[in-house]
Amino acid sequence: MKEYLKNTWLGVWTVLVGMKITFKHLFQPAVTIQYPDVKLPLPERVRNRLYVNIDDCIGCDQCSRACPVSCISIETVKAIPGEDLGQTSNGKKKALWVTKFDIDFAKCCYCQLCVFPCPTECIKMTETYEFSEFRRQDLNYHFSALNTSEAIEKKNNWEKFQAEKEAQKAAAAAKPAAPQQNPKTEGN
Amino acid sequence: MFEWLSDLTGNQILAAFISAALPVAFIVPFVIFAVWLERKVSAHMQDRLGPMRVGWHGWLQTIADFFKLIQKEDIVSSEVDKKFFNMAPYLVFIGSYAVYAALPFSNSYIGSNIDLGLFYIIAVSGLVVAGILMAGWASNNKYSLYGAMRSAAQIVSYEIPTALVILAMVMFTGTLSLAKLSDLQTSSFWNWYIFGGPDWGWSKLLVLPFMLVAFLLFYISSLAEVNRTPFDLPEAESELVAGYHTEYSGMKFAMFFLSEYGNMFAVSAIASVLFFGGYQSPIGYIGNSLGISWLVPFEQVFWFASKGIFFVFVQMWLRWTLPRVRVDQLMTLCWKYLIPYAFVNLIIIGIISLI
Repeated sequence: MKEYLKNTWLGVWTVLVGMKITFKHLFQPAVTIQYPDVKLPLPERVRNRLYVNIDDCIGCDQCSRACPVSCISIETVKAIPGEDLGQTSNGKKKALWVTKFDIDFAKCCYCQLCVFPCPTECIKMTETYEFSEFRRQDLNYHFSALNTSEAIEKKNNWEKFQAEKEAQKAAAAAKPAAPQQNPKTEGN
Repeated sequence: MFEWLSDLTGNQILAAFISAALPVAFIVPFVIFAVWLERKVSAHMQDRLGPMRVGWHGWLQTIADFFKLIQKEDIVSSEVDKKFFNMAPYLVFIGSYAVYAALPFSNSYIGSNIDLGLFYIIAVSGLVVAGILMAGWASNNKYSLYGAMRSAAQIVSYEIPTALVILAMVMFTGTLSLAKLSDLQTSSFWNWYIFGGPDWGWSKLLVLPFMLVAFLLFYISSLAEVNRTPFDLPEAESELVAGYHTEYSGMKFAMFFLSEYGNMFAVSAIASVLFFGGYQSPIGYIGNSLGISWLVPFEQVFWFASKGIFFVFVQMWLRWTLPRVRVDQLMTLCWKYLIPYAFVNLIIIGIISLI
């Protein structure tokens, strides 16, 4: 009988204790963060979407070679003499037209290995992590400053220059004596 | 109310229809509010926020969900017993709606002011069991059947302590009419039966602790009767998918939902009529002190609704405090604890009301 009454009392009392706890929690501020409106601050060295400052890129292809999943594809065209491409922000002279600089973020594994080899520090991680797309090909980002027609033009320029050089060479080979000395003196 | 309406419309049938449909105008907004409240209360008790997007703090969320439920396809699988399957949700709702016929919303609006109000409510709420059993059996699904069986066992068991407590109250007050019960507890809150009733004297002091016990017993067993946590075994989602309404979708599911929340308010309202003065204001009426007599019924509706909603809130509070009991624990609680206590309480209150 004593046990029975004790059980009853314990039952009622423990329910009241539990209700007290839940009532306290009712007025505690919620821990929920309403995500799209409020965002958590990101850690300092967070790795997200890459950004390429194409003005600083010298087209050295080191990032592409460092990439373990081959998501960066770079094509370059040499500048012909007379074209001034300017300098990068840390004083390196640019000698290549970067006709294609694509990063496929569908492939990218965000390992940051491409960032370290860059001699001009033009490829870097940003804090953007919301860039989902409806079509997979939209995740292929084009960073090149040149559009397609410009890239073709640069390529043609280079091929024309190359062809002219070849023609010059051929002409020089045809007349071996005199013109062959010319480049040498120029070189000196 | 019926007389007033028949005077207004000049047609008794029309007046009867309007008078009978009025609780729907209360139940539907109440259910929409209560579902929202349930979500917010559960969320804040777990340090979450709950719905926040649809309207201010998500208050339109339930309305959006209601429209979603209306648009949903009404799936009736090929193996169900179609006649009973389609009938069950409406039967359950009729069971819980019929209770509202006897609830005294105010001095001037009681669906049916019958002398056997409490008896009628106990009798008619038994219809819910039939509906739930019908739903579980007709679904042709083992989980539904398990849920229905549990529900039947649970509701039938917990009718006993409920009835015993109501019997004790009937002995003490000498009436079965809910309107009369409310009238007895008039003027101020110390006349409520939880504080020993309107008669001053040593009997009030003597009966006070037993009234408290009676209220606790009634509240616990009514919680079990409406299948709320910790007694929500019939629809235990971790064990039985959704219990007796597993196979239902769309509006039929909404009918079950409506009747569950309607029942929650009904038992809360009965608890408030029995122990907390029903529609009576605890502090007096503004309408009386200002001399505006038509304001009084509205105030009474307000007090009735707010008392009911407070007890519904306590039900939610308990739901998010306690885990679900096992089937054997459920039966132990009923047969070994609630019924003996209810009996002893009945005898003691009987003796006190005799002397």
